[in-house]
Amino acid sequence: MIAVFIETRDGKIKKASLEALSEARRRADELGLETAALLVGAGLASLASALNPFGPARVVCLENPALGEYSSQGYARVLADFARETPPAAVFFSATAMGKDLAPRVAAGLGAGLASDCTKVGVKDGRLEFTRPIYAGKAFLSLTLNSTPQVVTLRPNVFPLLTPSDGRAEVVQKEAAIPEGLIKGRVAEVLKEQGGEVDVAEADVIVSGGRGLKGPENFSLLRELVALIPRAAVGASRSAVDSGWIGHAHQVGQTGKTVSPNLYIAVGISGAIQHLAGMSSSKVIVAVNKDPEAPIFKVADYGVVGDLFEVVPRLTEEIKKLTSS
Amino acid sequence: MNILVFVKRVADTESRIRIQREARSIVEEGLNFIINPYDEFAVEEALRLREAKGGMVRVISVGREEALIGLRKCLAMGADEAALVRDDAPETYDGLRTARIIARAVERRFPGPDLLLFGKQAVGSDNSQVPSMAAELLGLPQANVVTKLEIEGNTATAFREIEGGMERVVFSLPAVVSAQKGLNEPRYETLKGIMAAKKKAIPVLGLDELGLSADDLSPKVEVTDMEIPPQRQAGKILQGEPADTARELVVLLRNEAKVI
Repeated sequence: MIAVFIETRDGKIKKASLEALSEARRRADELGLETAALLVGAGLASLASALNPFGPARVVCLENPALGEYSSQGYARVLADFARETPPAAVFFSATAMGKDLAPRVAAGLGAGLASDCTKVGVKDGRLEFTRPIYAGKAFLSLTLNSTPQVVTLRPNVFPLLTPSDGRAEVVQKEAAIPEGLIKGRVAEVLKEQGGEVDVAEADVIVSGGRGLKGPENFSLLRELVALIPRAAVGASRSAVDSGWIGHAHQVGQTGKTVSPNLYIAVGISGAIQHLAGMSSSKVIVAVNKDPEAPIFKVADYGVVGDLFEVVPRLTEEIKKLTSS
Repeated sequence: MNILVFVKRVADTESRIRIQREARSIVEEGLNFIINPYDEFAVEEALRLREAKGGMVRVISVGREEALIGLRKCLAMGADEAALVRDDAPETYDGLRTARIIARAVERRFPGPDLLLFGKQAVGSDNSQVPSMAAELLGLPQANVVTKLEIEGNTATAFREIEGGMERVVFSLPAVVSAQKGLNEPRYETLKGIMAAKKKAIPVLGLDELGLSADDLSPKVEVTDMEIPPQRQAGKILQGEPADTARELVVLLRNEAKVI
């Protein structure tokens, strides 16, 4: 079995978890295995039907009132207990903030190996083989794990969703035991960034600004463009972040986030190696820069040589025409 | 407070990475090595907590002898003590192995810490595994990717980055915290600090002193290949009147690239 942890926020299933469930289904088919979706929390049964289209044989609800809010210790314990009883060949997580917090605890609890932030999963000689970026994508590592289970996190926005089918999973509800005094920390509050912006790590389109923007106020040019495009986010180079123009959560690059959106538009970014590492796996790259010699043009599918203060507003106009027509 | 900070020696983020594909390893020659940037935030946070609450800061590295250079820098920043757990194994990309070494070193040699601070990930291996794994092995609560940390008595509140916002995590000490950029601005070493650091002895522990079994130390990860991704090719360059290039770009993105 390949088991997949399904992350929920505000009672909703994260898309990244459905991507992981889809990839698990594809690899399990190759290996002749089943998939199981694992929900953790309280009052979960109503969520199970949303998972049916992605083909799990079972939806396992690990329930305990103490798991209403996320706690790494509580979640890790019930997932490790499930894995020990079962045991699945692999447990997949998505490499979201929660998945990255949780998967290592589960792996350590089980004495299992962990492949982090994978961008490709294959089958070689009857075993799973994982490929993941290192040095923020300057190189790629392929690896196998010699443990049962194999614990894996999958990078969001990389693995395609399955075409939904009309499967019907068996729903198993389990009372998950948590020893008294185990949980010594928990999430007390979730604070959303104002405007409910899409995170760069989850965005389909990223418009990033660098030093060429000249000041924090000019990020508004990028925000106007981003507002017209669904699932789009504002990104930034390290120099823009280090200058205090925008928060670090927006930084793309080796000391920020590594991203692979469908479209990456670099505005006023020269293309330092540590930035290129973080965005080179984007499907399509556009660069807008005054300097025709800027290294960013070497990786751009479309390069616009020109003054960003003239080009970007006109680009926004053109997109507006497109969305209104 | 008794604070332990864990630091790793890594290649500078400005480095161009070359590989030896047959050996499945990075070419170290010509690389500039530094303390992992996220670990510097952890060191700085430890120093600030000590300044506010008293206690001591001990910085620990697991790795080869060269890691002493980074440890000495941490002493120069103001850490009270440092120690190297000498591990000559090449990079295994296996967080569990490192976490087991760390957990055992804490239990046997540095018991009773109030706080274990890490960087949220080591740049290079990019695993983000060791802090959470060490927390699990030691039975401690954790907060990862932290941009703000407050400690009041035995209770800590950490703000950590999540998609599109922050989580406020409340936990009891002792605990594991991993630092994200934004937590603080690391200080530079002072000349006085550098001089004082030179005089301090840094004890070196062998793995054999920690009583780990061969199984504990055998990696769960087997590296099967290493590759440099193909270079992207430069594409079309659009020049001319901004209104024209903007229009042309949108047409290309729509009809050729099909991304909008």
